[in-house]
Amino acid sequence: MTERARALLVLADGEVFEGEAAGALGALGLATGELVFNTALSGYQEVVTDPSYAGQVIAFTYPHLGNYGTNATDDESRRPFCCGVVARDLVDVPSNWRSTEGFEAFLTRHRVPAITGVDTRRLTRHLRDEGAMGCAMGTGEEAAVRAAAATAPTTTGRDLVSAVTIDRPVTRGEGPRRLVAYDFGVKETMLRQLAQLGTVTVVPAGTSAADVLAYEPHGVLLSNGPGDPVALDGPIGAVGDLLGKVPVFGICLGHQLLALALGGRTFKLAFGHHGINHPVQHLASGRVEVTSQNHNYAVVEGSVPDAVVTHRNLNDGVVEGIRCTRANAFSVQFHPEAGPGPHDARTLFVDFLALLDAGAAAGTR
Amino acid sequence: MPRRVDLESILVIGSGPIVIGQACEFDYSGTQACRVLGEDGFRVILANSNPATIMTDPGVADRTYVEPLDVEVLTAIIERERPDALLPTLGGQTALNLTMALADSGVLADYGVEVIGARPEAIRTAEDRERFKEAMTEIGLEVPPSGFAHSLDEAIATAERIGYPVIVRPSFILGGSGSGIAADPETFAALAADGLDASPTAEILVERSIAGWKEFELEVMRDGADNCVVVCSIENLDPMGVHTGDSITVAPAQTLTDVEYQAMRDDAFACLRRVGVETGGSNVQFAVDPATGRRLIIEMNPRVSRSSALASKATGFPIAKIAARLAVGYLLPEIANDITRATPASFEPTIDYVVTKVPRWAFEKLAGASDALGTRMQSVGEVMAIGRTFCESVQKALRSLEQGRFGLNADPAGQAYDALSDTELLDRVAVATPERLFAVEAALRRGVSIERVHAASSIDPWFLGQLARISAARLDLDQHRGRFADGAAALGAVDRPRWRTLKRLGFSDAQVGHLLSVPEGSVRRARLEAGVVPTFKTVDTCAAEFEAYTPYHYATYEDEEEVRPSERERVIILGSGPNRIGQGIEFDYCCVHASMALRQAGYETVMVNCNPETVSTDYDTSDRLYFEPLTTEDVANVIDAERRASRGAGRLRGVIVSLGGQTPLKLAGALDPQLVLGTSPASIDLAEDRQRWNELCTRLGIAQPPGAMATTAAGALAAAAEIGYPVLLRPSYVLGGRAMEIVYDDPGVRRVMDGLAAGLAREGGVTAERPVLVDRFLEDAIEVDVDALRDRDGEVLIAGVMEHVEEAGVHSGDSACALPPQTLGAAVLDLLDVHTRALAAALEVCGLLNVQYAVKDGAVFVLEANPRASRTVPFVAKATGVPVAAIAARLMVGETLAELRRAGILRPPTRSRHVSVKEAVLPFDRFPGVDTLLGPEMRSTGEVMGVDVTFGLAFAKSQMAAGTRLPRTGTVFLSLADRDKRNGLDVARQLAASGFRLAATEGTAEWLRAAGIDVAVLVSKVGAEGPGAHAVELISSGRVQLVVNTPRGRGPRADGQHIRMAALAHHVPCLTTLAAARAAAAGIADWSVHPLEVRSLQELHAAGGDR
Ligand SMILES: Nc1ncnc2c1ncn2[C@@H]1O[C@H](COP(=O)(O)OP(=O)(O)O)[C@@H](O)[C@H]1O
Ligand SMILES: Nc1ncnc2c1ncn2[C@@H]1O[C@H](COP(=O)(O)OP(=O)(O)O)[C@@H](O)[C@H]1O
Ligand SMILES: [Mg+2]
Ligand SMILES: [Mg+2]
Repeated sequence: MTERARALLVLADGEVFEGEAAGALGALGLATGELVFNTALSGYQEVVTDPSYAGQVIAFTYPHLGNYGTNATDDESRRPFCCGVVARDLVDVPSNWRSTEGFEAFLTRHRVPAITGVDTRRLTRHLRDEGAMGCAMGTGEEAAVRAAAATAPTTTGRDLVSAVTIDRPVTRGEGPRRLVAYDFGVKETMLRQLAQLGTVTVVPAGTSAADVLAYEPHGVLLSNGPGDPVALDGPIGAVGDLLGKVPVFGICLGHQLLALALGGRTFKLAFGHHGINHPVQHLASGRVEVTSQNHNYAVVEGSVPDAVVTHRNLNDGVVEGIRCTRANAFSVQFHPEAGPGPHDARTLFVDFLALLDAGAAAGTR
Repeated sequence: MPRRVDLESILVIGSGPIVIGQACEFDYSGTQACRVLGEDGFRVILANSNPATIMTDPGVADRTYVEPLDVEVLTAIIERERPDALLPTLGGQTALNLTMALADSGVLADYGVEVIGARPEAIRTAEDRERFKEAMTEIGLEVPPSGFAHSLDEAIATAERIGYPVIVRPSFILGGSGSGIAADPETFAALAADGLDASPTAEILVERSIAGWKEFELEVMRDGADNCVVVCSIENLDPMGVHTGDSITVAPAQTLTDVEYQAMRDDAFACLRRVGVETGGSNVQFAVDPATGRRLIIEMNPRVSRSSALASKATGFPIAKIAARLAVGYLLPEIANDITRATPASFEPTIDYVVTKVPRWAFEKLAGASDALGTRMQSVGEVMAIGRTFCESVQKALRSLEQGRFGLNADPAGQAYDALSDTELLDRVAVATPERLFAVEAALRRGVSIERVHAASSIDPWFLGQLARISAARLDLDQHRGRFADGAAALGAVDRPRWRTLKRLGFSDAQVGHLLSVPEGSVRRARLEAGVVPTFKTVDTCAAEFEAYTPYHYATYEDEEEVRPSERERVIILGSGPNRIGQGIEFDYCCVHASMALRQAGYETVMVNCNPETVSTDYDTSDRLYFEPLTTEDVANVIDAERRASRGAGRLRGVIVSLGGQTPLKLAGALDPQLVLGTSPASIDLAEDRQRWNELCTRLGIAQPPGAMATTAAGALAAAAEIGYPVLLRPSYVLGGRAMEIVYDDPGVRRVMDGLAAGLAREGGVTAERPVLVDRFLEDAIEVDVDALRDRDGEVLIAGVMEHVEEAGVHSGDSACALPPQTLGAAVLDLLDVHTRALAAALEVCGLLNVQYAVKDGAVFVLEANPRASRTVPFVAKATGVPVAAIAARLMVGETLAELRRAGILRPPTRSRHVSVKEAVLPFDRFPGVDTLLGPEMRSTGEVMGVDVTFGLAFAKSQMAAGTRLPRTGTVFLSLADRDKRNGLDVARQLAASGFRLAATEGTAEWLRAAGIDVAVLVSKVGAEGPGAHAVELISSGRVQLVVNTPRGRGPRADGQHIRMAALAHHVPCLTTLAAARAAAAGIADWSVHPLEVRSLQELHAAGGDR
C-alpha cells in the first residue's frame, strides 16, 4: 500500500475534511479551486482531461478511483486542466487490457494535486446543500489551508477559456463538408463525432466571425468549455455575427453562448450538473435520453427571444436545449458526444448534419 | 402514455416453490408487482403454489390461488376469473414456461387473455438458445459459437467446427454430469461420450469455452416508448465458467473503462430491442476477453430475475415495481423515484458504495455431492453487503454468511489454509469452490504474487489487488502485536488511524480479537474508547446528489451519520439472513408480517437483514432498513444508532429475535435482556438445554423418547446400550436436522461420532457445552407439528395441528403434512392440546411456540419445542386464515389475545371444510450423486401447498405443485422393504383398483401374489441374473409411471439407490415411504372421481370464518 502524508481539504465556508495527499499534492503542498462533485461511475480519465473543469477541483462520488488505470486513447484533451481531484479511495492495482499507467501516476505526471481517503459522501451532501464553493487542499497546518480556502477563487465571472483553447487552427477529419469548431475547451470525443461529418477546422476561441466565415463553412460548432459564459464578450460577439449566416450547433458552454448571443441570460446553478445519468426529455417527441453533463451555468428559462426550448432536464427542469429556426441554430446543455457517458443523444450530430445540408441546399453556403 | 384503461383484471403468475435458481427474489418482485397493480385499480389474480410467500397473503391480490402451477390448473383459473391480461415476467422461469405452454395450447387465445410485459414471441427468442444466437448475430453482436450433437461423431465434428477449447453445456443433462471443458479432442471425446450417456435425449450442447473471461451483467429497463435505462451493472469476481448465481458478484462493474461500459450498454439495448421486450426489466449477460476487451453476449432473460432483485437492493431502484407499471402502459418519465421524490424513474441510478453478493451453498447437507462450482447453479441462498470499499463490503458479506467465518480469514477456520503448502494452496485457488476466496487471501498473505494467483484462478487482478490490501493490513496488525508483551497491550495501543484503516477494510471486532488473542468484547470496548464508531449512510439511487426520503442504511466508517432522529417508539426486527436448507423464506415471511403488524399498531419498525432476495429487505416493508450482517457486532451497532436517534418521547422499545429462525436467536444472548421482546432468552435457552428440557417434561408428565447426552464415542455407545437401538444421533444447537443420523448398531455410533467431531470442527466441535444427543428412534410413529400462540396473560391459542404424512424419522421440513390432521383420534388430539398448553405456560411463552410430537400406538411423545416462529407458520396462516405471525408480533409488544380479538385482528379460523397439504420440494435434480431417500437430515429447499375437499385430492395437488404429477393410468413399480410389505398390500390393492398395472421386485411380488394381487411385471434386482425385467431399464424405457421404493433401514447408502437414481434421471415420480404411497393411492383414487377444481384463498378464508 502506498504510504501517504496526511492532508486536509478545507472549504471556503470552513468545513474541514481529513484525507491523505496524493498525486502532485505532496510536491505542491497546497492547491485551490472551485469544488464540484461528479457522480459518474466510470470515465474518470475523460473527466479529468475535460477542459471544462479548468478552475475546478473535482470530487468523485464513487469511492474507488483508478480501477482500470489510464490509457493512451481516452484523454479528452492534451492534458488535465482541472485544479485537483478529491477521492475516497485511490486504487493501487489497476486492471484493464488497455491500461498503460496507473491513475495516480497519471495525475502526478500531469502535476494534478489530489487528496484521498475523504468522506466524499459527506462532502457531496455539503455541496448539495451549500452549493459549489472555493476550496483548498494542503499538507500543511490547518490554519494555512483554511486561509487559502477562504480566498480560493471560484469560476464566477471568470474567463477560463483563454487558458485552455488552442493557439492556432488545426484540421480534423476529411470529406466535402466544411465545418468550423470553436475550441472553447473542446473535448476530443466531440471532435471525433464531428469529424465523421466532414472536414473540421478547429479554431481558437478568439477567432472572429469574419475569420470563421473565411473558411466558407457549412456549419459551425460552438464547443464546451470552462468558466462563466458572461465573461466571454469576444466569443458572444462572434457568435452573434455568425448567426443567420451559417448553421450553428452549440454544446454546453456553446449552448450558453448561443443563448447569450441571441439576447438571453444565464445563471449559476447551486452545484451544477456533473454526471452521466441525467434524464433529458426531448419535448417534441417525449423521448427521454440519459445524458452526460458537466456544467455549473445554465440558460434562464424564457430569456432567449426567438428561441424555443427543445429539451429539459427531468430532475430539476433546467433548460437543456434551444432552437432558433430563424438563425438556423440549435444547442444543447448536455454532451451528446458522451465521453464519458451514454450515447443516447449522439443522434444530435445527425440532426446537425441535416441542418447543414439543408443550409447548403438553401444556399446559405 | 398513462395507464391503460382497456384492462381491468390481470393474472400474475408466481414462481412456485423455492428451488435452487429460483428463490424468494420472486416473492419480492411478485409482491411489489401485485401491490402496485392493486394500487392502480386493477383486479389482481395471483397463482402461486408456495404458501410461504408474502405475495400469497390474501391482502396482496384480489384473488389468490395457492394451486399447482400447471397448464390444466391455470386453465381452470383463467376460465373462472377471465382476466384481461397475463403478466408473466415476475415469476421467474416457471411463469415464463407456463405462459408459453398456455399460449401454445391456445388457452390464452380462447379466453382472450393478452400477455403483457413480454410477448410470447419475445420469450421464445430469448429462451431458445439457438434462436437467441441467430438473433444476436443478425444485429451484429458476437456470441460464442456452438452446436448440438446427438452422437459422438457429430459431437467431434461440431467441436472441430467450433474450435477448442469447448465446453459441454449441461442444459439438457441432469445435474451437470458429463459437462465440462475440454481443450483437446481426446479429453473432449471422453467428455462428450459421458454427456451423451447422461442425457435422456442423447443430446449435448457443445460451445466454444470462454471460461476465464470476465463476466458482466446489466440490469436494463425499457418502456413502451422505447426509453431504455441501465439500472445496475454487475461484475463477477468468479470469471466465466462459474454460474453467476454461484459467483461472488460486485456492483457496480469495476474494471470497465467508460468506453467499454458504454459499448456494452449499447449492446444491451440493441439486444432488448431485437428480442422484442417491449416493456419491463431484463438481464443481459456478457463475457469480456481480459486480454483484448472483445465482448460476447451470453444470454438475456426477458423478465425480472435474481440479479434484478440484487440490483434493486444494490441501488434502491425497485425494478419489479416499475416493470409492473410499465407493463400496464406507464412510461419511465411518468413514474417518480420513491427515494428522491424529485426525480423520475427514467434516469440511471448511480451509487457511492460497493455492493458484494456472496452465495451460500449447502454441500454439507448433500452427502455425495462435489463442491466444485460450474456452469450450473448449486447455491441455495445469498447474502449481500454494502461498504464504501470493495474490501469492506466483501468482508461484511463473508461474515453475513453465518458459517462461522469472521470475515476473510483472520479467524479460527482460516488457520487451516496456513497449514497448506504453496502448491496445495494454489490448487485450491485454481478450482472454484465455496472456499476459494479464503485460499486466495491466504496465498496473497504469504506473498504469492497477484500474477500467480491470477494465472491460477483467472480472477481479475483488480480484485486480487484489493484482497491484498486486506492481507497487508492483517500483516501490519501482526507486526504491531509483535511490539507488545501481549495482545491486550497491543489492543490498548491501537490508535485511531489504525482503527480506521482496519475498519474501513471491513475487519470485524471478532477478527481483530482473533489476531490479538483477546475477546471480541474487549476489542469493541477498546475501539469505542478510541472513538471509532460506524456511521450509517444511505442508499439513495443518486450518490447524494438529491435528498433521500427513504431510510435505507448501511454502516461504514466515515465522518458523518445520516440516520434521522425519531420521536416515535421503535421496534427492531432481526431477520433471518441468507436462505439455506432449514431456514428459508418462511422466516422472512414472519419478519415481514411482524413489521407490517407493528406498523399498524403505531410503532416505527426497523428491519435488519442481509439477504437481498427477500421482501424484508425491500425499503418499503419497514420504516427503516439496515442492510447489515446479523452478527453481534453489527447488530449492536444498529441498536446504538437507533438509541442515538431517539428524540423526545421516541425510544427503542425492543428487539424481536424469535421470528427469523435460529439466526437472531443465536444473537439474543448478547443483547440487553431488557430489549428482547416476547419470550425471554432464558426460556429459549431452557427449551434448547437438553438437561433442563428433560426435567421440565418430566415435571409436566410429558413423555419423551428415552435419551441421553454424550461428548465422546464411548459415552455415546454406553448411552445407546442403555436406551436400545435404533438410536438417533445429533449435535445440539443446529437447525434443520443437520448432521442427524439414525443408527442401528455400535459401528454406526462410532462412525457418526467420528464424523461429527470432524464435521463440526468449524462450528466449534463437540464439547461439553455442545454435546451430542442420543435418543431412542421411534419407528413407525406419526409425527405431528403444533403451532401455538400465548399472550402475557397466559391465554394460549392452538393455531394449527399438522399431521405428517411420512413417519417420524423423516425430517419435519422434508415431510408432507396435512391440516387438519387426518388419522389422529380425539384422545390423541386432546393430549396434544393439553401438552402444548402446559409447555407454553411452563416456558412462559409470549408469542409463538412450535412443538413437535411423535405418536406411536396412541402414545404421545414430545420430540422438541421451539419457543419461536417455525417453518409451518405461513402454511398454518394460509390454511386457517389466521394471521399467526402478525398476532405473535403484537403479543410480543404486550397486547393480549383478548385485545386482538376485540380489535378484530384475531378472528376465528375459517370453518371451510377443506384439507390443506404442505409438501416439501427437494433439490436432488441438481446433485446426481445424492440419494433421494428422505431422512432426519432436512434437505428440502422449499414447499408447496395443495388445497382441496379431500385429503387425497389435496395431496395429489401438492404433488403436482411440487413437480411430481401423479399418473392417472399406467404401471406402478413397487419395491418394498420387508417391514413395509404387509402394509403395502392395501396400497397395491387400491392402485390396482384405480386401474394400474403393477410391477414389483421379486420379494414384493411374492407378497402381492400371495395376497391375490396381480403383478404384471416381475423385476429382478440389478446385477442379479434374475428372470424378470431389469429395474433400471424398466424405468429408463418409460414403461413405468410411478415408483414406490421403500428401503430397508434408513440413512445413506440404503439399498435400492439405483432404482431411485433412475427414477430421478427419467423424471418418473418416486415415493420412498409407504406413507407417501398410501397418500398417493388415495389421491389417485379420489382424482378419478372428482373433476379438477380451483378455489381462491379469499373464498376459503371467508367460509364461515368471518361472522
Ligand atoms: N461458452 C462458455 N464458456 C464458459 N462458460 C460459460 C459459457 N457460457 C456460459 N458459461 C457460464 O455458464 C453460466 C451459465 O450460463 P447461462 O448461459 O447464463 O445459463 P443460465 O440460463 O443457467 O443462466 C454463465 O454464468 C457462465 O459463467
Ligand atoms: N426420537 C425420535 N424418533 C423418531 N424420529 C425422531 C426422533 N427425534 C427426532 N425425530 C425425527 O427427526 C426430525 C428432526 O428432529 P428435530 O428434533 O425436530 O430437529 P430439528 O431441530 O432439526 O427440527 C424430526 O422431524 C423427526 O422426524
Ligand atoms: Mg445466466
Ligand atoms: Mg424439528
